[in-house]
Amino acid sequence: MKNIFLVLKREYLVRVRKKSFIIMTFLTPILIAAFYGIIVWSAVGSFKNEHKTIQVIDQSGLFKDKFKNDKNTTFEFINQPISEAQKKLKGKEGNLLVFIPANIMEQPKGLQIYSEKNIGPMLQGRIEKIVQKELRNIKLSKAGITQEVIEEANQNVDAQTFNLDDEGKTRSSSTMAAYVAGYAAAFLLYIFILIYGAGVMQGVMEEKSNRIIEVIISSVKPFHLMMGKILGVAAVGLTQFLLWGVLTFGVTSATQTLFGFNRFTATEEVLNQQTAQADPELKKEIEKTQSNTLKTISDFSASAQSLPLIQIFVCFLFYFLGGYLLYSSLYAAIGASVENQQEAGQFTFPIMLPIIAAIFFAQLAINQPDGALAFWTSMIPFTSPVVMMARIPFGVPAWEIALSMVLLVLGFVGTTWLAARIYRVGILMYGKKVNYKELSKWIFYKG
Amino acid sequence: MSNILEAHNIVKQYATHRALDNVSVSVPKGSIFGLLGPNGAGKTSLIRIITQITAPDEGYVLLDGQRLKPDHIEDIGYLPEERGLYKKMKVGEQLLYLAQLKGLSEKQAMEKLKIWFKKFDIKTWWTKSIEDLSKGMQQKIQFVATVMHEPKLIILDEPFSGFDPINANLIKDEILELRDRGTTIIFSTHRMESVEELCDHIALINKSKVILNGSKSEIKNQFKDNSYSVRFHGSLDSLPSDFEVISQKNIENNLNQFNIKLVGDASVNQLVGHLINQVELVSFHENIPSFNQIFIKAVGGEIPDEVGSIS
Repeated sequence: MKNIFLVLKREYLVRVRKKSFIIMTFLTPILIAAFYGIIVWSAVGSFKNEHKTIQVIDQSGLFKDKFKNDKNTTFEFINQPISEAQKKLKGKEGNLLVFIPANIMEQPKGLQIYSEKNIGPMLQGRIEKIVQKELRNIKLSKAGITQEVIEEANQNVDAQTFNLDDEGKTRSSSTMAAYVAGYAAAFLLYIFILIYGAGVMQGVMEEKSNRIIEVIISSVKPFHLMMGKILGVAAVGLTQFLLWGVLTFGVTSATQTLFGFNRFTATEEVLNQQTAQADPELKKEIEKTQSNTLKTISDFSASAQSLPLIQIFVCFLFYFLGGYLLYSSLYAAIGASVENQQEAGQFTFPIMLPIIAAIFFAQLAINQPDGALAFWTSMIPFTSPVVMMARIPFGVPAWEIALSMVLLVLGFVGTTWLAARIYRVGILMYGKKVNYKELSKWIFYKG
Repeated sequence: MSNILEAHNIVKQYATHRALDNVSVSVPKGSIFGLLGPNGAGKTSLIRIITQITAPDEGYVLLDGQRLKPDHIEDIGYLPEERGLYKKMKVGEQLLYLAQLKGLSEKQAMEKLKIWFKKFDIKTWWTKSIEDLSKGMQQKIQFVATVMHEPKLIILDEPFSGFDPINANLIKDEILELRDRGTTIIFSTHRMESVEELCDHIALINKSKVILNGSKSEIKNQFKDNSYSVRFHGSLDSLPSDFEVISQKNIENNLNQFNIKLVGDASVNQLVGHLINQVELVSFHENIPSFNQIFIKAVGGEIPDEVGSIS
């Protein structure tokens, strides 16, 4: 036991002091925060109150007076060739040029908008909407329909949406949060098992190709060395996971403090302003989207709180360790059996297959958390960590979790035993091309 | 002299071949014991059993009179033929780690290492990475790693490979010093001149079996062919049939060298008697086979036509 600890300690210290670990650990939360920040910033930015002058070249002559100025936008009808107008546009940030060709009636797709910077979907939608509406009105009146009928026909329908599940009950609003949490947990587990499993394999191969293995193995039992290595790498994984959590939280809240606003209320404020300024036609539209967005956001945060977070966290740790132990011991056995990366490839593929299948099953399980497929794949130890994590946020009966955990423990005890048998022979075997037949023989070697 | 290590009837069977077939060797305490044999004879298999890397299928090993057990790892130091250290690790950390695996506490290991670093004058290496050291320097570190926990038994597999002559001598002196302090050294090598120079006892393994085992002089006696090398001026015309001339050659002008074998009951004195009557003797000595010749003869070849002599 003392030796397992010594090996674990070395493995841990060497790995956490590696540059790649430090960079990965500190860069990832910053990247996540930056990514997140960019999304929030661009979402808020698109609602920003900036005065825009929009020049319109209307060759069709149909749209006079149809574009209405408001506080933030001034429409200017100009009459010059488009190439000249384009030249003038240069250097005037925020200004737009709208070109309506003469044949807009026949080819509605001929509408062109020019700007120096991206104009944002809101404004584009607004311009398109005006043009579209006008074209429709013209066409309808040509067909003999009066303006009144058109007005009357423009009735707003606003549906409320409910999802029905198999038993016909309406699903609670926490589905969304469960969906996100389940997928995130399953995916994180999948990535961790892949990365750290391969890490164990690399470490074992390094010891073998360094030839230090014989020195070590004359002081430590192969099983102790293997377990020390596996547990050391697991500790590295947990450290990284923990640091990511703390750092992401830290950086995100720091960013929020820095910007001095809570992103939800900020969005809401901007939306309100926008609504107040928009012309009445658009107002309804915006209000609808806005209320939907806010509803989703508030539903989501409310239902996220209703998730069994502690259960998810504890299960995540358990399934991470279980799944990792199961796979990393197999990776260790492969690392011990081969002498280079190329050789390793043919053996890692069959191991990666169930992990990849697991993330696939997890996606199916999210859509049908109580289905037979979800049940069975969350019982089989090779797929259970990933699939079960996808199911847990939806609520899984305790006996199922317990059974799956027991099976997982049995699973990793089994693979570890098997791996140790291969490992102890493999690490001292040089210059021999191994195949599955050879490996299976090693399992039954004595001593 | 008691034995520090006794291997009794060791059998190790791998899938298709028997690596060790009923092998028994005894290593006397305080000796330098040469474990010889051609490639693939089973030396490494035997060493791996002694170091408990693998277990024998049959037979047993006694270390200091006790059956091998896990604790004995601390009493053995092993330098494998294929050297290896963690390349990216610092010298100091690495040695501390290896010492702790051998059961030393960090403090004890530190004390022992200080002595060795002073002795080899390598204090400045402590914080260097292994990969920044030359191959010879790495070998020194590995040697320190093998002996730092002061084991009773040290097993060195080709200890001089990779060393320049100066460092090889340094290591040789260390080996002799360790022996003088009571450590037993098992020394596996192909280099017969170092066997000649260092070993007190040898065992020769060939094709999974021990074919020679004993002290240096015993083995040499076993391989003597009762022949003598004579140099003289003049010409040797005839000798009685008790004395068989194996070979003869002219060294220069009047100086000749003959190899003469005694047949039957003929004595050395009789030979000398015949010689001084006919020629003027320059030198006379018994042909004692070198370990190189013994090795080749025992393993299967004939003794090469080389005049071995031990002075």
